[in-house]
Amino acid sequence: MILKNNYFYLAVAAILTIAPMFFGEYYVNLGSQIMIAAVFAASLNILVGYGGLTSLGHATYLGLSAYTSAWLFLKTGLDHGYTAIIAIAFTTFVGAIFGWISLRASGLSFLMLTLALSQIVWGIGYRWVGLTNGDNGLSGLTRPTPFGWDLENSTNFYWFTLIITIVCLFFIARIVNSPFGASLKGTRDQDKRMSALGFNVWKIRWISFVLSSFFGAISGLLYIYFNKYVHPSVMSITSSAEGLLCVIAGGAGTLAGPILGSILIVLLKNYVSGFVERWNMLLGIIFVFIVIFMPTGMVPGIIQLKNRLFGGKK
Amino acid sequence: MTIALEVKDLQKSFGGVAVTQSVNLQVMPGERRLIIGPNGAGKTTLFAQITGDLLPDSGEVFLYGQNMIGKPVHDRAHQGMSRTYQIITLFAKDSLAHNVVLSLLGIHKRKNQLFKSLPANDPLYDQALELLDSVGLKSQAHRRVTEISYGEQRRVEIALALAQQPKVLLLDEPLAGLSRDERVLVADLINSISKETAIVMIEHDMDVALAFAEKILVLQYGKVIVDGDRDTVVNDPKVQEVYLGH
Repeated sequence: MILKNNYFYLAVAAILTIAPMFFGEYYVNLGSQIMIAAVFAASLNILVGYGGLTSLGHATYLGLSAYTSAWLFLKTGLDHGYTAIIAIAFTTFVGAIFGWISLRASGLSFLMLTLALSQIVWGIGYRWVGLTNGDNGLSGLTRPTPFGWDLENSTNFYWFTLIITIVCLFFIARIVNSPFGASLKGTRDQDKRMSALGFNVWKIRWISFVLSSFFGAISGLLYIYFNKYVHPSVMSITSSAEGLLCVIAGGAGTLAGPILGSILIVLLKNYVSGFVERWNMLLGIIFVFIVIFMPTGMVPGIIQLKNRLFGGKK
Repeated sequence: MTIALEVKDLQKSFGGVAVTQSVNLQVMPGERRLIIGPNGAGKTTLFAQITGDLLPDSGEVFLYGQNMIGKPVHDRAHQGMSRTYQIITLFAKDSLAHNVVLSLLGIHKRKNQLFKSLPANDPLYDQALELLDSVGLKSQAHRRVTEISYGEQRRVEIALALAQQPKVLLLDEPLAGLSRDERVLVADLINSISKETAIVMIEHDMDVALAFAEKILVLQYGKVIVDGDRDTVVNDPKVQEVYLGH
């Protein structure tokens, strides 16, 4: 079964690798955007899907990382390699502090704390003009050239994003299938029981928060490299909600869920919006459809449907 | 000999209601102790204070001489305190084997491993199978908790507690809601637990409970009304009045 899965993943990776050879630049860029959204949603899924901690402030980590990288590049002239390391370290550090604060509460209060903290960062992005350039955002950026690889080229950037996405998803998969991942899922399902079994529930949740912000920071770097521009709206509640939508629509607590959710949301936002003016309404209808017919998300829904049609474990 | 579990002058009130009033309890290593009392006597509340789920207003809890007050629940588990719940608290979507593996992981240094996977052929699963065998559920190891009967779930609860190799095991109504046959099975299982573990049990089934206990503590309105051996307790007029009804 594991071998079968590995062949499947290899086949998907191979198809995604050769895909740019058959599609134009527009679709290649769309592919890059889907992968960036997938890394972002997968990072949020660590918290929401595996930890049962619904956050409405995850765009903070994407935005902080993007801003830090852009600011350092523009103001200090540091090389992309250094800005990337500092951006990830700084964002993860902020995630550690925000996690420490947010995890004082649970449930709805936790959600409200993540929202409140993200609103503070979003407010700084808008109002501290001297630092962030306010509503004008930060522009004039370039893409990095790792080992002389020119990422200004769309196809090269797509491949670069594909590699980072695969690496991130690989590590997230390792984490959720590790003893720590089992502990995290345990705290989601029975937190009191987990304490009685000897697990430090708060610590497990805090580590998952930090890991989530770390991978969120990576998606932020990909975002800034792709757009070469960052605006405070990237840290808004709408961005956080979009990430949450990707996770819930795709299937929280599954590895493929956030990817499928990202494909849906990015396609609707960037592709369907070209044909349907009220694409938000269409997104709403699709979301209602998913909630009614696949309440646990598309991936579990599809699996259930497959089992119903062809037999298998329910 | 060091006392396995000692509770000293434990007090707890919810607003104006005193739920634990100066409770003292001493359990020796390997002892089988029963806690009885009518509904609302504060038995489960006492357990919650011993395990750290609930903070007492005052008093002390010692596990083999070590003061547990101020220690979080998970620390107490590492010191050798384990419990089962009155309301079954298992990981319903997971297999029985995975439930026991989680219990084994709880006191294992591997629990913080981030990047090493936990495959189905991990030695922890072999250990879990052995434990499930000891409670007669090896053949069901790969079924989900939701797919087994209530009585079997009670046995899984005990397997989870035993997986931690506790020095003191607190059983909160382990026979509640079971059929006659299931009661016999679970009671036999409890009686087969090694004497290396001291057991404190809350139970309403007097036939099983009295057969099990070496000493009995009777609670009423959060107060100890009698603490002694079986005969002392059964013949005590206060117990007969408040608990046995005559």
